[in-house]
Amino acid sequence: MTVLSKPAAPRLSRREHYDPKVVAAAFILIAPTIIGLCVLNIYPFFDTIRRSLYKTQGLGPEVYVGLKNFEKLFKDSMIGHATVNTLLYMLLTVPVGVLLSLIFAALLNSKIKGRDIYRGIYFLPMVVAPAAVAMVWRWIFNAENGILNIALKAIGIQGPSWLADPNTALLSCAIIGVWSAIGYDLVLILAGLQSISKSYYEAAEIDGANGIQSFFHITIPMVSPTLFFVVLMRAMTSLKQFDTIYLLINTRNPAYKNATVLMTLFYREAFEKFNKGYGSAIVIYTFVIIAIFTAIQFITEKKLVHYE
Amino acid sequence: MTTVAPAAVKRKSNYRSRSRMIIHIILIIGSFVMIFPFVWMILTSFKSNGESLLIPPTILPREWLTENYTEVTRTLPFGALYFNTLMLMFLRIICALVFSSMAGFAFAKLRFPFKRFFFFIVLSQMMLPNQIFIIPQYQMLAGMGKLNSIFALLFPGLVSAFGTFFLRQFYMSLPNVLSEAAVLDGCNTFQVFFRIMLPLTKTAMIALAVFTAVFAYSDMMWPLIVNNNINMMTLSAGISSMQGQYTTRYPILMAGSTLAMIPMMVLYLLFQRQFIEGIALTGTKG
Repeated sequence: MTVLSKPAAPRLSRREHYDPKVVAAAFILIAPTIIGLCVLNIYPFFDTIRRSLYKTQGLGPEVYVGLKNFEKLFKDSMIGHATVNTLLYMLLTVPVGVLLSLIFAALLNSKIKGRDIYRGIYFLPMVVAPAAVAMVWRWIFNAENGILNIALKAIGIQGPSWLADPNTALLSCAIIGVWSAIGYDLVLILAGLQSISKSYYEAAEIDGANGIQSFFHITIPMVSPTLFFVVLMRAMTSLKQFDTIYLLINTRNPAYKNATVLMTLFYREAFEKFNKGYGSAIVIYTFVIIAIFTAIQFITEKKLVHYE
Repeated sequence: MTTVAPAAVKRKSNYRSRSRMIIHIILIIGSFVMIFPFVWMILTSFKSNGESLLIPPTILPREWLTENYTEVTRTLPFGALYFNTLMLMFLRIICALVFSSMAGFAFAKLRFPFKRFFFFIVLSQMMLPNQIFIIPQYQMLAGMGKLNSIFALLFPGLVSAFGTFFLRQFYMSLPNVLSEAAVLDGCNTFQVFFRIMLPLTKTAMIALAVFTAVFAYSDMMWPLIVNNNINMMTLSAGISSMQGQYTTRYPILMAGSTLAMIPMMVLYLLFQRQFIEGIALTGTKG
């Protein structure tokens, strides 16, 4: 890729000269995308910011309230809980999920029989509707009749009520999150592993390195750009987590306070209580949190990620 | 590799086969954890409510009952749910492929003014979380009177910033000599795009199609917001609505979930290689 995109020598340096026919064609080609993005994303982005400064009562008129929505947000104890839960959910899912994906990807990267079958199986949850995933886990996690607690009882452990227990509700959601995402992350990491040239390992073997040494000194640095991408993407997705938690932790759940996250709160405010102004404030607040974490990750990237 | 004593070779191959067996055991345990929920879902869906509550539980249903399926298809219009979900995926794939190919080619291969600015618009969409656009998008649709329609499901997927970015990367990796030769032969820009370049991006387009399908299928918030008429819902939103009705009647819930799982699962089993390679490609280039 680096070799091919050698720029054509600039014929008239400094001032760019364009071929009008090409420019016309280019504008026609990008028009649908650019117009679409302006209507669907650029305008809505600014409109959300504007809305966060207004109060809306159902279908009634909007009233300008300045920063009142944000004041309310910082005093709202549910936002506090949801923020803690969202960050906790990220900490529970991202490191474990990426580590497990890395381990399984490394195992699959050896010349092993049935690799495609294993990979196909791990990827399965990605192609199942999240509602179905949520439903079956609710059944497995059921306190009395769920298979998990029955199995635990058989070996003498009294399992908790999982999704209905304030201490384990978020953990249960995190287990589902890790389980759902492992296949996707694994496919990406495996692709990264497969692009590492065999010659590195051969050289290491000649130098007398064992498998574990090559893993830490060749595999990890070489796959670190992919790992960074996976961690970044996972962190962002976990901060935006909505579907399973929305379906599993409803407002009557005794663990509601301990497992509700920012996006479920946003949905309930904006589309169940029709507080569009307050909903906008919540989504902007979440965006700021995501931006902070993304920035932190890009700063650490320079130290940890090895680029060829 | 070079001259090693036979005993050492044997020891090494013993070690290899033992470690290989351990790897298989770990992978099989992993596979069990991944598959079990689906197997349990299907098995439960054929049990009576009473049987599903037995302790210790039966593994296989005593009798394979289909009444849960009759019940769930009576309450939920599965035909409509399948149709809406497939339309959502199909239309989003078409839009992503057509518009992103056009823009991706232009950004990669053509010289035009304000290119960086326009590309910045594409990138900025990718940086922002989708939810930040949702309230205004909903208001626009409501204003057009298009809530509860197929168009409403498609709406945020009319154009794809990710698709544009991804295909641009791919077009950039194609050599310029091809298009230069075509231009010398008298092709105009559209002909170069359509006849020469587009056919070369087949793998990337398949990857983008898979990526779009997987994420359109798993998207729940948007369909839940715009289409609240049960006949216009997607599978995911539709079966989530039965939670309220059958709170703890798990066999019925499992029957609904199984029915919701089938279409994408069938597509996945048929095109497994394309699915996995597509996702790998969108991840590594994206």
